[in-house]
Amino acid sequence: MAELKLMQGNEACVMGAIHAGMRFYSGYPITPSTEIAELSAELLPKYGGKFIQMEDEIAGVAAALGASLAGLKSMTATSGPGFSLKQENIGYGIMAEIPIVIVDVQRSGPSTGLPTSPSQGDIMQARWGTHGDHSIIALYPASVKEIYTTTIKAFNLSEKYRTPVILLLDEIIGHMREKIDLEELKNIEIYDRKKPTKSDDKYLAYKVNDGDIVPEMPSFGEGYRFHVTGLVHDETGFPSNNESVADKLLNRLINKIEDNKQDIVNFEEYLLEDSEYAIISFGAISRSSKVAVDKLREQGIKIGMFRPITIWPSPEKEISELSKKVKKIYVVELNAGQYFLEVQRIVSGQCEVRKYGKINGDIIVPQEIISFIKEDIYA
Amino acid sequence: MKKYEIRLTGSGGQGLITGGIILAESAILDGKNALQSQSYGPEARGGASKAEVIISDQEIVFPKITECDLLLSLTNVACNKYIHTLKKGGILVIDSTVDRPEREDIIIYQIPILETANEKLKKAFVANIVALGAINKILNLVSENSLEKAVLKRVPKGTEELNRNALIEGRNLIK
Repeated sequence: MAELKLMQGNEACVMGAIHAGMRFYSGYPITPSTEIAELSAELLPKYGGKFIQMEDEIAGVAAALGASLAGLKSMTATSGPGFSLKQENIGYGIMAEIPIVIVDVQRSGPSTGLPTSPSQGDIMQARWGTHGDHSIIALYPASVKEIYTTTIKAFNLSEKYRTPVILLLDEIIGHMREKIDLEELKNIEIYDRKKPTKSDDKYLAYKVNDGDIVPEMPSFGEGYRFHVTGLVHDETGFPSNNESVADKLLNRLINKIEDNKQDIVNFEEYLLEDSEYAIISFGAISRSSKVAVDKLREQGIKIGMFRPITIWPSPEKEISELSKKVKKIYVVELNAGQYFLEVQRIVSGQCEVRKYGKINGDIIVPQEIISFIKEDIYA
Repeated sequence: MKKYEIRLTGSGGQGLITGGIILAESAILDGKNALQSQSYGPEARGGASKAEVIISDQEIVFPKITECDLLLSLTNVACNKYIHTLKKGGILVIDSTVDRPEREDIIIYQIPILETANEKLKKAFVANIVALGAINKILNLVSENSLEKAVLKRVPKGTEELNRNALIEGRNLIK
């Protein structure tokens, strides 16, 4: 029996999070993410979870990190201005290997920008917002149903790789409502962090066992003694200034993500088989691009779309393959050209890459993509 | 069924976003696809408010409306702001207090939505439901049964009878 509902994107994020096992939410509300806080506050107590509104966004992510160390799957949500504030603690989560999910419902910036207008301006902030060398996982769904499934994936990946995972949304998909069938989503698998089974004097909190990707993670209070720090640390978890310890740790933190792209990277290919041209687009704007692809095909132009759902780490192999096949790639994004830089890096001259962007607070409509591409092709 | 794009406009607090949600939910009850989106200014009351609903048998890909098939405007400010977004041959539904715009290429229904809510039903907040009753009478978009079901699901307990009457009064505004 189908269980059809009209659901808002932000609502689907909370429903997916609860499905994934979220039992703690801490944050500070901000448009266009506020519904995520509101619904978490309403639902979490019913699932035996906790909701805390903190004094600001910094405390919001900090409390989520603490709750995760204590054993609860935790989430915080914000928009651009709050995402800036959370960066320091995202780095802490990466270094101390604490699984959490940070949702950024993007709006126009910089600073407080246009408070109710959409944007995709945090693509690079998601990648490099926190300082220092690191890898990061950032996912970006494009429909209400996909927000539900991708939120679950964000939790699963954060647990599996013991790292903060960023879930990028935008004002358009966060606020819109569309049809979702909850029945068909009922059986999505969830992944829980691997816990150690025995505590002895030789217990090493940050030692990776043979065959594992990350150290096993006990919850605070379960009888394991360990130390958590943002400083470079050895397998005991205590700080170290040793070069080889630093080298080993920092490379391990990067490589646990980069070496497992196969598992992490997710994307959609639309009508690319016979394409001479390709659009790369994500989130709400990929829906404009998809309509543009259909219309351009009606006019005889062989074009398709590649949509990264995993924004970081980028689908390097797939984009590189694509660039060997097509004459030109158009990166269509609601910013001044951010993912364009990554695509250009990957393509590195194998085909031409052009960008189409916008930063005035308006959505990109299919017609302007069609005009841009036709002008470019027939010029 | 073709794709219908509807824009409900007025001022914040008139319940237009709720109206949009109800319309989309009733379409889903009818087995159709529906997508609802909205925009509003930073203020919760007053200001310009806009709810958009797309109803179709097909998958709805682009989530926004550029040109609409039907425009509802409950205030002059909203009507002036959005009248140019109504398709040629489209339907404009305005409240009696709203000035008739000078467009020859559209069909205009000027009806007392706010007065019906205020005077006849004695509750200003059911104006959105009166409007839905009228719109659905004009377009016959969703079944009356589904619309009523969707309305009753969304409105506060104890106001069911009032809202049912609002739907009927709205319907009766269209001859």
